[in-house]
Amino acid sequence: MKVSKFATLLVLGLIVATAATGCRKKPGYLTPLPGTKPGTVGDVGPGAPLDTGKTTGSDIKPEDFGGITSNQPGAHFGWLEDASMFKQDTVYFDFDSSAIKSGEKSKVASVADYLKGNTKAAVRVEGHCDERGTEEYNRALGERRALAIREELVRLGIDPTRVDTLSYGEDRPAVQGHDESAWRLNRRGEFILLTPP
Amino acid sequence: MKIPSAPLLCIAAVLAASPLRAQQAIVIEKERFEPGKTKPILVSLSGLTGEAAQVLQFDLYVQGFAFTNADAAQYLLSGSINGNLTGRATDRYSKASLVAKSYSGGTLRRQVHAFADDFVKALGRQGIAQTKIAFKLDTGANSEIVVSDFDGFGMQEVTKDNSLVAAPAWVPGRLALYYTSYKLGNPDIFHHDLSTGARKIFARYGGSNMSPAVSPDGSKVAMILSKDGWTDLYVGDADGGNVRRLTRSREDESSPCWSPDGKWICFAARINERRALCKIPASGGELQRIATSGVLNPTEPDWSPDGKWIVFTSMMRGFEICVVPAEGGTATVLVSGEDPSWAPNSRTVAFARREGGRRVLSLLDVPTKQYKDISRVSGNSGSNSQPSWAK
Repeated sequence: MKVSKFATLLVLGLIVATAATGCRKKPGYLTPLPGTKPGTVGDVGPGAPLDTGKTTGSDIKPEDFGGITSNQPGAHFGWLEDASMFKQDTVYFDFDSSAIKSGEKSKVASVADYLKGNTKAAVRVEGHCDERGTEEYNRALGERRALAIREELVRLGIDPTRVDTLSYGEDRPAVQGHDESAWRLNRRGEFILLTPP
Repeated sequence: MKIPSAPLLCIAAVLAASPLRAQQAIVIEKERFEPGKTKPILVSLSGLTGEAAQVLQFDLYVQGFAFTNADAAQYLLSGSINGNLTGRATDRYSKASLVAKSYSGGTLRRQVHAFADDFVKALGRQGIAQTKIAFKLDTGANSEIVVSDFDGFGMQEVTKDNSLVAAPAWVPGRLALYYTSYKLGNPDIFHHDLSTGARKIFARYGGSNMSPAVSPDGSKVAMILSKDGWTDLYVGDADGGNVRRLTRSREDESSPCWSPDGKWICFAARINERRALCKIPASGGELQRIATSGVLNPTEPDWSPDGKWIVFTSMMRGFEICVVPAEGGTATVLVSGEDPSWAPNSRTVAFARREGGRRVLSLLDVPTKQYKDISRVSGNSGSNSQPSWAK
């Protein structure tokens, strides 16, 4: 079942990629990293039309800190995903923080070690939040958690092109519940192992 | 054709102005209101019962009216239904007739909404009873974008992707939305034409593509991207081209919105370890802080269409809907809730309220602090959140 889903994705990806190369100019403002494919753009499929029928201070100095450019989505399109491999390495965060606690760093190191021994593999870091925080604030916070883990992987010697990130905000809690016992398990970064098809 | 002479123009101006003058006698507030402290306008209702009465009461309650009996009301509303609705509104003091209309076509709800709008317009305000909202509907593990009448009726799912969605944003004056969708495995921003259902990818960069906000003229979209390694504020053309980075910081930026003149993008940020509302020229430049004295952790700003106010969420012990003059100042805490979105009348806001672990949508009249939940889909226990009011 999993395989057929990926086969579908792969076919879809080919169609999209063909469509993209066929009629889309690569936008000049993109700065893809070496070795990554440009993001797939094209048809996302229709949504529903709406039946309208009858109802019709002080200045702030910006600080450039030189972040690590993200991979294009689609860089690992069609790769096999394994969410169980690094289950025990899920990184937990303090409330409203994207700093990796010292006690959690060994988990990132363990993932880095795996990637060093499996040079074809890649990883997607998925950032999550507890429900305390507004939805879009949390979506951004989840992304910063994933990016912080990515930076740590890079610091440990992993090529940034092998690390994708995304945020689910508070939309995918690991544990249901409305107290700290659930929240502490929901403030997390998960690793999804990606292997080439 | 000959250009009219100056005297003729003067007469025309007087003629044009006279109905306005007549109206000015009954304009209730030309001045800036005091948020949360304004008394509701008392109205009475006779002749309508059941659904028609409920619709009218809801429509007016969320625009700052309160219903009382006829000898205490300033305005007397009456209606009768004989197949179609006939509605009347009279000023009890001046005896002036404000509305005397019969409505045909559409549904009874729609006719009552039209009557509510006519009454509100007769008082010199903008009616909102025939507007629409878009919001996020949780369907269990996933979520869809839905559009409904402003009171929650007539809901339609406009996505059916069995995926996650977030942050719908109306294109002003058009039947189109931008929103985040996880349909392609990554949080990307889509453009969705609601008249045809056609969709396009607007932003699909590495990392997360979040929180789209459309400029008042529809030509630009502000958003939060992480493609350059951290979450920052970006702005691009409506078709996805010309994406420019406006902030470069290790701090967190989130939830952009536009000033109604299109010159500023307001968003939530952190400055010197403290959260604050900020604005930055839409063409890039220096960040300015917008003071929100009296509350902590402001986020999710939305700038009123008349330019006077910024409504936002304050994260304190819980979440509070607050409002502050757009130039900054002392914030007024209005009601518990989050993610406010102004109505086109610059006085009502839609927001999400937490209730028993889920979110429900409610409409708040900012001057009077009156609020009422919108209707929910029967049988749906999931959250309704992230409202965007069509303007």
